[in-house]
Amino acid sequence: MQEFVQQVVSGIASGGIFASLALALVLIYNAMGLVNFAQGEMAMFATFIAYTLISHGVNYFIAFPLTLGLAFIGGVLVERAVIRPVERAPVLTLVIVTLGLATLINGAAGFLFGYTPNYFSSPFSAHTVNIFGAFASYQDLSVIAVSGIVLVAIYLLLQRTTLGLTLRAAAHHPEASRLLGVRVSWMLALGWGLASAVGAVSGIMVAPILLLEPNMMQTIIIYAFAAAVLGGIDSPLGAVVGGLIVGVTVNLVGAYLVGGDLELAVALAIIVGVLVVKPNGLFGRAAARNV
Amino acid sequence: MSRLRNAPPLYFLGVIVVLFFIGLPTVVTSFQSSEWTQVLIFAIVIMGLNILVGYSGQISLGHGALMAVGAYTCAILIHRYNVDYLITIPIAGLLTGVVGFVLGIPALRLSALYLALATFALAVVAPSLIKRPVQLTGGVQGILLSPPDPPQFAKDGFGAVTGGLAMTSDQWMYYVSLVLALLLFWFAWNLVRHRPGRAMRAIRDREVAAASSGINVAAYKTLAFGISAFYAGIGGALYGLSIGFVSPDTFPLALSFQLLVGAVIGGLASITGPLVGGIFTFWLPIVSSQFVASQPWIPAGVAAAFKNAGPQVTYGALLILIMIFAPNGVVGLVTVGYARLQARLRGAGDRGSGQMPSDPQTV
Repeated sequence: MQEFVQQVVSGIASGGIFASLALALVLIYNAMGLVNFAQGEMAMFATFIAYTLISHGVNYFIAFPLTLGLAFIGGVLVERAVIRPVERAPVLTLVIVTLGLATLINGAAGFLFGYTPNYFSSPFSAHTVNIFGAFASYQDLSVIAVSGIVLVAIYLLLQRTTLGLTLRAAAHHPEASRLLGVRVSWMLALGWGLASAVGAVSGIMVAPILLLEPNMMQTIIIYAFAAAVLGGIDSPLGAVVGGLIVGVTVNLVGAYLVGGDLELAVALAIIVGVLVVKPNGLFGRAAARNV
Repeated sequence: MSRLRNAPPLYFLGVIVVLFFIGLPTVVTSFQSSEWTQVLIFAIVIMGLNILVGYSGQISLGHGALMAVGAYTCAILIHRYNVDYLITIPIAGLLTGVVGFVLGIPALRLSALYLALATFALAVVAPSLIKRPVQLTGGVQGILLSPPDPPQFAKDGFGAVTGGLAMTSDQWMYYVSLVLALLLFWFAWNLVRHRPGRAMRAIRDREVAAASSGINVAAYKTLAFGISAFYAGIGGALYGLSIGFVSPDTFPLALSFQLLVGAVIGGLASITGPLVGGIFTFWLPIVSSQFVASQPWIPAGVAAAFKNAGPQVTYGALLILIMIFAPNGVVGLVTVGYARLQARLRGAGDRGSGQMPSDPQTV
C-alpha cells in the first residue's frame, strides 16, 4: 500500500510537468487551432539557456525567471519569423512547419551545446519527507508547487486581466476583435511567447530528473500530447487535470502492469483511445465544422 | 533558320532518368550502388506517403513504423521460416498494407491535426514495442540477414555489359529495388490519373462536397492508407535486405521525419516528386557534412559539431523555407519554370494556346 501511495505521489509530480507542457500546447491551440510540435524542443532550448546561466554562476532563483523572460521573447520571435508567413495556410502546412521548427531547434541545440548529457542540479534536495506515511522528495514537492503556481498564474492572466480578455477575444473572434481595435496578429505572437515561457517551466523542472540533452523532451512531449488530448485540447483546466491523470496512470500502469519500457505505449494508448472514443476530451467543447 | 518552337516534352526527361538508373551500377562501385539503392527505397516509401498526404490529404508521421513492419515481416520469414527473400517482399508489402488499412479505420474519425498527433506518437513508441517480443524480433539485437546472391542470368548479363565484372549482392539488390520502384511508380501513376486519384483529391480539397457527389469518403480514405502502407512495407523489406539487418533502432522517429521531408521537398501531390525527394533526403546530410568538413576555413570543432547536428538543422530549415516559399516543392518549381519556357518559345502571339501553368497545390 505504501509503495502504491509512493507511486501516486511521484505520478503527481511528473503529472505537474506534463501539465505545464500541455498547457503550453493548449495556449497555442486556442490562439490558432494548431498543435505545436516544436513545443518540447522550445522548452529544451530554454532549459539549456537556464543551464548556461547557472553554470556561469547565476543564482538558480534569478536564472529561472530570467530564462522564462528569454523564452517569452524567443517565442514571440519564432512566431514573427516562422509562423507569420504561413498564418493563413491550411493546417497541414502549419503542422509541417512546426515539425521543421522542432528539428531545427533540436539540431541547433546539438550544434551549440553538444549531445553529451548534462547534470542539471536543482536547489531542492532529493531528501524525502514523510507525508501521511508516504515519502515524497523535496524535489517532487517543489515540482508540484512550481507547476501549481504557474497554472494559477496563467489562469489569472487569462481570466482576470484585460490582456487575457484580449488574447481570448482575438482567438475566438479574430474578425470582430480586429474591428474593435485588437491587433490580432500580435496577440498570436504574445500567445506563442506565453506558451514558450510556460513550456520552459516544464523543461527546467524535468531537467534535474532526466539528464539535460537535446532529445530530453522527446518523450515528455508525447505525455503532454496525451494530457492535452485527454483534457480536451482547447481547455486549460483540462490540460492540468489531464496532465495529473496521465502522470499517475503512466506511473501506476508502468509499475504494476506493463513495465517501465512500455510507459510510452500507455501514452499512445491514451491518445488513440481518447481520440476514438471521445475526441473532445474531458473538458473540451464539441467542435463545429463549417461546410 | 529554323527556330525551336517547342521545348522537348517532359517525358523525354523521364526516359533519360530511367536510362541513367539502369546504367548506373555498371559505372560506379558496388558501394555506391548500395547508396543509390537507399535512394530508390526512399523514393518508393515517399511515393506511398505522397499518395496519402499529397492526394488524400491525410498526414502520417509514422511511416517509419510501417517500414519497420515490412522489414520485420521479411526478416522473420527469412530467419525463422527460411522463405525465399524474393517471395518475402510482396508478403511484407501486403501485410503492411493490411496493417495500414486497419490503422486507417480509426484515422477516419480524426481531423488532420489529431491524425498527425497519433501517428507521431506511434513513431516514437514503435522501437520500444518492437523490442518487447524478444523471441520473435530478436529484441534490441535485431535480426541479421545474409546478403542475397544474384541469380545466374543477372550475373551473366552484368558481366557481358561491364566486360566480365562479377555482380555483387549490393548491385543485385539495386536492380531488384529499381524494378520494384518502376512497377510501383507505374501503379501510382495510373492510380492518381484515374477514378481513385480523382476521388482522393476531391476528398482532400472538400470532403463534404465529395461525399455529397457520391464519393465513398471512408472507403477511399482507408484505401489510401492501405496503399500507402503497402509501399512502406515493400520499402521496409528492401531496406532490411539491402542493409543486411533489422533492429528497433533502424526505425527511429528521425526516419519517419526524413520521409516527410522527402515528400515535401520533392513536392506533395506529384508522382515524380518522390524520386527527387529520395535523392535529397539521402544525399543532403552526407554531401553537406562532407562539404563542411572539406572547407579549410571552418574550424575543426565547428565541423565536428556540424557532422552530428548539421542534417537536422538543414532538414528543419529546408522544410520551413519550402513550406513558406515553394509549397509545391522542387517538382512544382520545375513545372512552373517549364510552362514559362514553353510560353516564351512559342512567342507572345499564340500565348493563348499555351498550357496554363499548373495550379499551385494547396496542401
